[in-house]
This record gives sequence, structure tokens and C-alpha cells, in this order.
Amino acid sequence: MATAPASHSDSHGHAHHAPGFVEKYFWSTDHKMIAMQYLFTGMAMGLVGGFFAYTFRMQIAFPGVDVPGFGVVSPNEYNHLITNHGAIMIFWVAMPVLIAAFGNYLIPLMIGCDDMVFPKLNRLSYQIFLLSALILIGSFYVPGGGFAGAWTMYPPLSAKPEYGLTPLGSTLFIVAVALEFVAFLMGGINFVTTAMNSRAPGMRMYDIPVVVWMIVVASILFMASVGPLIAGAIMLLFDQNLGTAFFNPDKGGDPVLWQHLFWFFGHPEVYVVLLPAVGIVAEIITVMSRKKLFAYRTVLYTTFGTGVLSFMVWAHHQFIAGIDPRMANIFTITTLLISIPIAEMMFVYIATLYGGSITLNTPMLWALSFIAEFLIGGVTGIFLGASGTDIYLHDTYFVLAHFHYTFFPIAIIGTFAGLSFWFPKMFGRMMNDTLGKIHFWGTILPFNCIFIPLFVLGAAGEHRRIFDYSLFPELARPELRHLDQFATVALLIMLSFQLVFFYNLVTSLLWGPKAEKNPWQSNTLEWTADSPPPHGNWPVLPTVYRGPYEYSTPGRDQDFWPQNVP
Amino acid sequence: MMEWLGLVSASTYAKDIDFVFDLILWITMSWLLLAEAVFFYLILRFRKKAGVPGQYITGELKSEKRWITIPHFAVLLFDIAILFFAVKVWYNVKQNLPDAPDRQTVRVVAQQWAWTFVHAGPDGKLDTPDDIIKVNEMHVEVDKLYHFQLESKDVIHSFSVPVFRLKQDIIPGRVITGWFTPIKTGSFDIQCTEICGIGHALMPGRITIETPEQHAAWVAENSTLAVASATVR
Repeated sequence: MATAPASHSDSHGHAHHAPGFVEKYFWSTDHKMIAMQYLFTGMAMGLVGGFFAYTFRMQIAFPGVDVPGFGVVSPNEYNHLITNHGAIMIFWVAMPVLIAAFGNYLIPLMIGCDDMVFPKLNRLSYQIFLLSALILIGSFYVPGGGFAGAWTMYPPLSAKPEYGLTPLGSTLFIVAVALEFVAFLMGGINFVTTAMNSRAPGMRMYDIPVVVWMIVVASILFMASVGPLIAGAIMLLFDQNLGTAFFNPDKGGDPVLWQHLFWFFGHPEVYVVLLPAVGIVAEIITVMSRKKLFAYRTVLYTTFGTGVLSFMVWAHHQFIAGIDPRMANIFTITTLLISIPIAEMMFVYIATLYGGSITLNTPMLWALSFIAEFLIGGVTGIFLGASGTDIYLHDTYFVLAHFHYTFFPIAIIGTFAGLSFWFPKMFGRMMNDTLGKIHFWGTILPFNCIFIPLFVLGAAGEHRRIFDYSLFPELARPELRHLDQFATVALLIMLSFQLVFFYNLVTSLLWGPKAEKNPWQSNTLEWTADSPPPHGNWPVLPTVYRGPYEYSTPGRDQDFWPQNVP
Repeated sequence: MMEWLGLVSASTYAKDIDFVFDLILWITMSWLLLAEAVFFYLILRFRKKAGVPGQYITGELKSEKRWITIPHFAVLLFDIAILFFAVKVWYNVKQNLPDAPDRQTVRVVAQQWAWTFVHAGPDGKLDTPDDIIKVNEMHVEVDKLYHFQLESKDVIHSFSVPVFRLKQDIIPGRVITGWFTPIKTGSFDIQCTEICGIGHALMPGRITIETPEQHAAWVAENSTLAVASATVR
């Protein structure tokens, strides 16, 4: 990346000399560099989480097998692997990539300003995030091993070393999670403040691109919901190490309190990572189908509606957890209600395709597959939100398949969609579209082959977090074991196709054809900056004249009308 | 659906839960297929063609918004229908606690990593010398109402009997009561469905549902032993 041009007004003390290597890559306050740090750290953690999935899926499908690259999986190692797979994929992959990386990269560029409002806070945010990731990785190697009590950390299993048998691991796990939250609190403050205060002249509320709105709403949801869980994490830390009894029933505490604190955050968290992905999809399908987004305002209102409702559904994770059964009736109503704004969002996207001029390149394939797959994740949630059926389905593979049909589109499809779409802007080079399509089909087809069998297994009663089913005659039936093996083989295929992605990533970074400023002929402001944008983004900050989705406007020669063109 | 997957229905409410499952399955699968069909049709129909520009549709006009609002209200309608049946079943299984003169009570004590089942014995009362205490083994009589009392000695466990479609978490420090009435004889899995440590997979209980004659014989055989061991103590 080039140094800042001289004409760039330097409002927050960036050095004008060429930055050194460390300063540029590790100590930068540039929002784009921090985005890259988050992106690559998140992808590296994704490899760890993927390796864990590979290891425990091998154990489930072929119990006792010597897993290549890991060895024989012991029961405690199995619990450790599933626990950290979940925590890593949500807290150290979905959050840093979708919110932090895309938020940091896109917000200043899409609203037309030179950097985040609090650049040093932004830098500190990443550093604390990196620290949290290192503490988590370190916790795998302490005596007793890493935490193994499921990512939901339900006490008393997580609170007493004699129950969980990972005395130091569980403490470090909670410290890592709490630090990660601190990092994203700083990021969230930055995103909301920047988007509200630093917009280019002329950019009204209804001219803000949907993805920016979504990241802002997601940040607000995160900041409003995480407080109770940070408090809860500290209480759990005290229970573990100082002998307090917040969650200890022997001394008057209540283990279910933790579940409320956890899920009061945990459910909005789903929407915290969902919304940025949904926003990324909106940007891509409008550009690639040359269509105005159908009912922009409706999309915003459904986003706000989802955000508000997401605070009122948490106890659907606890229907059978010992809460008052009457409470389930309220939460099943709110849970089914939240299906309405989400369904509406999907309808809007489908309606946007009508009358378009659709190009099926790699980013568009990812964006469309998000809709196709997320629909499955959405409708299967109804089975679980309905209290009556949840009695049976709770904690089975049906739940697991359901939330992977939401989280896979969010974290994996959303990331690949965003990365392939903004790659030319981020790195100034084009990705190979053919390799991109091979990677797409090699990921999306095996993905369905992994999780559709798991729906069936869940409906047949297979419950979660079991390292070997041979002691359960109803679950040890060969037809069920074969489905598990099928899913594992599909996972191996999917993982091996990721090599295509990394090959494409590296070769495109090094030798890809140079990207022009606006390769997709898009309207939003980031495409008016150089590829890649220099420090400070524009020599002269842009002015905005219209909304972001003016494609195929009648009476114009071009089928797009950039926001900054009068 | 569950029976089709090889799982028998062995409680009075298993069929009700299966019915709600099937109802949701039909509703959601119809919606899913419809939405995906429209979605793929639009992708194929509106592929880029030379000389055919995209249309300019804002989606803000009432006539256009209909395409969103009509499905919106349809979703609401189906949600209400699902809610009605789901809550009805929930009320019956979880909120309601039916009673009968010949009702039996079984205490279920979970710990890392075993189940202890305390059967009332011939006198039909718990905490008397003739209680029959079994590890990982529960015996009940078909067509008889049972209350269960769930207790945990250490961490959270979950009492799950898939053939009953029944599941309830067990919270240490509490006694959680529920009910079932078995309707089929046989021997089935009891699973712990909440992660409870290293031995989570090593907590397999069995429930044996017997005819009244078989059950009386089992009680007679085991209660003498129970009384004898209680006297020795």
C-alpha cells in the first residue's frame, strides 16, 4: 500500500514518512490494515477450527480410529475439540472476519471518510483480540488440557475443577472469551460512531449502503447484550478460583442463572454475525443483477425489528433446562415471531432478482448460495422454536444441523462472498474466477452432504457431544452409523477443496491481473478510491448525491450511477 | 417421521409430539420448496442477455410491496397455527401433572457418570425399606401413570427417553418432577443429553417396560432383597 498523498489532510497524527515494516503491518492505525489483521487472524483461526471439526468427525464416524495428524481421540480430547471448535468458529472466526474485518474495511470506504473515528482504539481492539486468541491457543497446552465443558460453559461442570478436570484450561478459556468481548466492544463503539458522524457530505440516513447499516445494528446488538455475559464470565471466574457461589447450588447459588446470562448474549450474537453477512449479500446481488435493492426501507425496518426481537427470544435455548414451563410459552411466541422479519428479508432478496440482468460469477454464486442455504437454516429453526417439538429435538443433531445451516452461510459463505467481491479493492488484483467457481461447487455440494444426514440423525434421536455411540443400542444401528460416515467423508471432500481457495488466494495476491478502480461497475463509494486505496483513502473526500442502489436507471447510458456522480 | 426412522412411540404423548413435528415438516418444506423454486426460476429467467438491461423497480410502490406483504401475512398465519399445536403439546407434557390413584413415583438420581433409579417397591412409597434401588436400570409397568423426580449429585445432566419423546434437564440442588405413561413393552435407551464431563458417553441407562404380571414378578423378586439388605444395615 502506498503512503498517504501529501494533499490528504492529516487529522489524527499519521506519520507522513514511509512507515517501517513493523509500523505498517503490526502497529498501524489505518482501518484497512487493521481489517487485514482481523481477516488473516480470523482465517488462521478458521483453519484451527476446521482441523478440530475434521478430528472429531473422524472419531464419530470411525470410533477409535488413529486420526491422521492427531492420533487416537480420548473422551476428554473429544470434548475439548468440540468445545473449542464451537468457540473458535463463533468468537474467533465469524466475529473477527464478518464484523471486525469487513466492518473496519468497508465502513470508512463506503461512507466516504478517511479512517475510523478512534483509530488508536481500533488498533488496541485488534491487539486485545490477538491476545485473546493467543490465550485460547495457549490454554490447549496447559496441564489438564484445554477446556472441555462445551462452548456454552454451563456450570457446575465449568465451575469446579473436580467436575470438568481441566483446572487451568477452563480459567484461561473464560479469560480468553472475556478479552475477546472487550476487543469487540472497542470495535463496536468505533463502527457506530464512525457511521453516524463521519459520513460524506450529502449522505443521508437512507443513502447508507445496507451492509454498513447491518454492521452498525449488529454492533449495537453486541454492545447491548454482552454486558451481562462479561459480568457472568467474571462471576464464573470467581466461582472457579475464589470459591464464590454465584452458580453453586450447595451454597445457595443457581446454575440456571448462568444460562440466562449466557443466552441473553448468545441469541443476539446469532444476529450480530448474521446481519453483516446479510448485508454483504445485499451489496453483491444488487451489483451482479444490476438491480436496485427491492424496498430498501423495508430491509432497514426488518433489520431493526430483528434486532429488537432478538433480545426477547433467549430462553428458547432453555425450554427444558429447568425454567418455569409457563415461561416457555412466551418465548416460543417471540421465537416464532422473529421468523417474520427474517423471512421478509429473504423475500426482499429474492424479489430483487426479478427483472435483473444476472451475472453468475464467483461472488454472485456465493451470495445466491447464502440465500438458498440460509432458507433451510431458517425453516428448520421453526421445529426448535416450537416448544412442543423442542422437548424431543433439544440437544440432538437436529439442532446442530439447524445452526450449521445458519452459521455456515454466515461465517463461511458470507466470508467467501465478501472476500471474492472486495478482493480487487483490498489487494488491487483480480481473483481467478474459474478457480473460484471450482472452490464454490467443491464447498457448497459437500456442505449439504454433511448436514442433511445430520438432520435425519437428529430426528432419529442421536444426541450431541457423544464421542462413541456404541453404548446406546438405538443409536448404534448400522444405518445411522453409515449416515455419520457419509457426513464425515463429505467433510473431508469439503476441506480438501479449501486448498483450491488458498492456491487461488496466494497466486492472485502475487500474480493476479491488476484490478481497475471499479471492476464490477458498482455504485458505492469504495469503488471510487484507488485499488488498493492509499492511507487516507481519497486525495479529496467524495460527496454523495444519491442512494447506493441506482442500477439500470431509465434514461442513462450506463446501467449504474455511482453515489458520487452528480 | 420418527417412527419411519425406526423409533417406536412408547408414551401417551409421543404421537402428539410426532404430529407437531410432521405438521411443521409439511408447512416448512412446502414454503422452502416454493421459495427455492421461485428463487432458481428467477436466476435462470433473468440471466444476463445482450441488449436486455435490468429493470428499474424500487419496491416502494404499494403494488410492488404486495409481493412481500402477502407472503409476510401468510408466514404469520402459519406461525400461529404451529404455535397453537406446539403450545398444546407443551402444556400437556410439561405444565400439566396428571394424577391417578394407582400412580407410581420413581426417583431418578444422576451423577458423573451413572443413573440411580429408586423404585417405590411393593408399598408404592419412596424412602421406605422396600425401595428397589437400581443402577442404570429402570423398570416400569405398561399403561400406568408415572411421576419421576429428577435429582443430580454434581453437574447438570439431562434425562432423555427418546421412545417417549421426553427430555428434561436435571439441575443440581433442585427436584424436578414430570410424568409419563408407557404404552408399549420392551427395553429402550435412556440417554444423558447434557454434556456432563469425560464420561458423558458412558451414561447409558435402560428403561424396561413390562406387563403388569412381569412387573409384579420383578418387584417381588427385588423387594425381598431390598428389605433384607435394609435390615442388615
